[in-house]
Amino acid sequence: MKMKLAATAIAAACALPLQASADGEVNIYSYRQAYLLEPLLNAFQEETGIETNVVFAKKGLAERLEREGRNSPADLVMTVDISRINELVERDLVEGIENDTLQNNIPQNLRHPDGKWFALTTRGRLIYASKERVEEGEITTYEQLADEKWDDRICTRSGKHPYNIALFSSMIAHHGEEATEEWLEGLKDNLARKPQGGDRDQIKAIHAGECDIAIGNSYYYGNMLNDENQREAAESVRLVFPNADGRGTHINISGIALTKSAPNRDNAIRLMEFLSEPKAQQIYAEANTEYPANPSVKPSGMVAEWGEINPDDLSLQEIAENRSAAVKMVDRVDYDN
Amino acid sequence: MSEAIEQTGARYPLLAKRTSKRWLITAAVTTAIVALPVLSVLILALFPEENIWPHLLNTTLPRYLVTTLQLMAGVAFITLVIGLASAWAVTMCDFPGRKFFEWAMLLPFAVPAYVIAYVYTSLLDYAGPVQTAMRDWFGWRNAADYWFPEIRSLEGATLMIGLVLYPYVYLLARAAFLEQSPSLFAVSRSLGHSAISTFFRVVLPIARPAIAVGLSLVLMETLNDFGTVDFFAVQTLTAGLFDTWMNLGNLGGAAQIATTMLAFVVILVTLERYSRRKQQQFAARDNREPIRRFTLSRPRQFVCVAVCLVPVIFGFLLPAATLGHYAWEYFDESWNPDFVRNTLNSLFLSGTAALTTLIIGVTLAYSRRLHDTRGMRVMMRLSSLGYAMPGAVLAVGVIVPLAGFDNWVDGILRDNFGVSSGLLLSGTAFALVFAYTVRFLAVSAGSVESALQKITPSMDMASRSLGHSPGNTLLKVHLPMLRGTLITAALVVFVDCMKELPATLILRPFNFETLATYVYQFASDEKLAHSALPALIIVLAGIIPIILMSKSISDTRAIS
Repeated sequence: MKMKLAATAIAAACALPLQASADGEVNIYSYRQAYLLEPLLNAFQEETGIETNVVFAKKGLAERLEREGRNSPADLVMTVDISRINELVERDLVEGIENDTLQNNIPQNLRHPDGKWFALTTRGRLIYASKERVEEGEITTYEQLADEKWDDRICTRSGKHPYNIALFSSMIAHHGEEATEEWLEGLKDNLARKPQGGDRDQIKAIHAGECDIAIGNSYYYGNMLNDENQREAAESVRLVFPNADGRGTHINISGIALTKSAPNRDNAIRLMEFLSEPKAQQIYAEANTEYPANPSVKPSGMVAEWGEINPDDLSLQEIAENRSAAVKMVDRVDYDN
Repeated sequence: MSEAIEQTGARYPLLAKRTSKRWLITAAVTTAIVALPVLSVLILALFPEENIWPHLLNTTLPRYLVTTLQLMAGVAFITLVIGLASAWAVTMCDFPGRKFFEWAMLLPFAVPAYVIAYVYTSLLDYAGPVQTAMRDWFGWRNAADYWFPEIRSLEGATLMIGLVLYPYVYLLARAAFLEQSPSLFAVSRSLGHSAISTFFRVVLPIARPAIAVGLSLVLMETLNDFGTVDFFAVQTLTAGLFDTWMNLGNLGGAAQIATTMLAFVVILVTLERYSRRKQQQFAARDNREPIRRFTLSRPRQFVCVAVCLVPVIFGFLLPAATLGHYAWEYFDESWNPDFVRNTLNSLFLSGTAALTTLIIGVTLAYSRRLHDTRGMRVMMRLSSLGYAMPGAVLAVGVIVPLAGFDNWVDGILRDNFGVSSGLLLSGTAFALVFAYTVRFLAVSAGSVESALQKITPSMDMASRSLGHSPGNTLLKVHLPMLRGTLITAALVVFVDCMKELPATLILRPFNFETLATYVYQFASDEKLAHSALPALIIVLAGIIPIILMSKSISDTRAIS
């Protein structure tokens, strides 16, 4: 009796999710939260009638895609960090595409040379400085974070977080391993507390007076301004675009790639094109206060107010290649302790 | 371990000899299937991208190890103290609110560790309301003016995990205390032992197998916790594992760390079993003899209330109230018609997994009772290994055989018939139920096994000599006697599945949310307040089975 019950339940469980059918659909594996994609995907469906299906996870999607092989239902992978998307290229899971719309909309430095991925938005890794305790112009570069004058005054999240790893990788690309390690040691010595929490927590810590300077992505600041309970904390800090007058501010991307096995290839490319067009770029960037990848689209009102960003034109590929060195450096410097 | 049990086998040869191999074969096939994901991880461990150990040994490994051991020792201490003290008080003492605490002690179990960690951080960190109020009150200006314990620390993580996991110990200890014959206690007292001395010399040793099961569940869950230690930046082996996997892109290296952790768990469990290898207890449970609870003096009653109240306040009431507060403030932004569907998804998956896990657990434990061979014991352990691995790693272990099977079937069909079957199992709810079963089988198989061991084999022999088959004996004799254990095991698995996050994220079908994944969506984007409402629903949905669970345990014994 119980066995039968269980068998029925399991059979029902198998039937529950309707497998994606072959037409009128696009299937997405996403490292980005589904609720952030929703407005875009709705707009896409309105315009084309094509339905979209999403699985969101922060790890394991590359493994899932790889093991599912030629039968994988996934057409597209969306990521929020260059290293995640580069991993797909290295494992040969994504297909390069030549497409005029995409190539016209996305500048060359924001896409893979063979079209294996395209950036959709960029975000700067900025310095948050206390309006009260840090003079304007007192800090202007990443390099200065290691200055003794900031001793016991800096907060960051874990050095192992992908956003910090990408920043450190870009430092390695510019200064070499040895100089970067020295810099990272200096930064570690200046920390006011053990690295912890997320980027928002660093802003809160500045507001609370625990530290004067922090490193964080631009959109966390924007999202805090949009949240009335967190606005006060956000308003206590000033955004600094590091190295704006020099090589430029380190940026990371959120991007998209077509899988090799894509069963709905045409629809998928249609979605990629749609996402690169001004209309979607506007929604996408605004929803999370990021910078649109398409240069013809202006950032949202709030983001524009922060001032122009001068992005470091270091190739993202190079940043991805230094990742492993950066991770090991964080261990050697014992950054997180 | 083997000696005593083989003696038992020798004493009761009938059981094994008169039983067909059917149970053994069923158990072997089940074990083979259930062990597939763990085996897949072991195989992945053979193919690392690069040798991770030199770097780890030179840098972080010593600290990972020390931190992990400290965390496990701390959590073990907290869960044992809270779990045993409250279980004993609630079972054996009379004090105001005792009936309420019987089930209320279990409430923190409904709170996922990652949720309680978020909540306490928002309350206690420098920018939180507690410290802000203290600064206003005492006129402190900044962190340099005063000292406050750091919540994001090893100690903080120990406390958070301990607070939500002690119910494992409480639950199993209480069931064991209830099953103990009161006459044992009376005998000890009449021989001149104090109540305290009797507790340590008689009650605990008898309850030890059950407590060991509870504690090993606690420790495995601690070892595999990622949400809390990641959020608190506590560097355990699990943190190192994910660093190796995600940051260094070395899945094989990560699998090696997982394998090391697995070996550690196996050694721990084996040692515990070895240390009580000479023990063998059978107690025909005696429902007729009621437990006589102690009548306590006022101050002692007060102590009992405090012992029970403190963990409930900090493990449940305070976090739930904070979530409630956020949920209220952000209600308009977070209310969403999908909640109903997400809740149903969670309930359905957890219910199916609980039932499956229970059936397999009973099958394995009973097969072991019928065929107490070395091979069967190994199978029993093998089938429980899923719990000793972080959920995300296990998820990859689930993908490997399922996708392998799907592509194999598809390949045959394509080659011979020119049609494609696509993916049959991967990315379906089946994959999720399978993963939950593999992960939580240890919970049901372990508790059923330990409860079965307490039923004297003479019961089996009586039934069998009256002509009943092993299956019939199980249905007519054992299952009714195990009713309390079975319900408890199923409900523990149910609540665990409701909270399960990492494997669900990776394995779920398209557009499929459970309450846990829905919470994670927002929590992972640093929007705790928006996730408060669904988090509260997870907690509330967990409470109902908890109350049922507690009632079913009490019902197993008429209490005067």
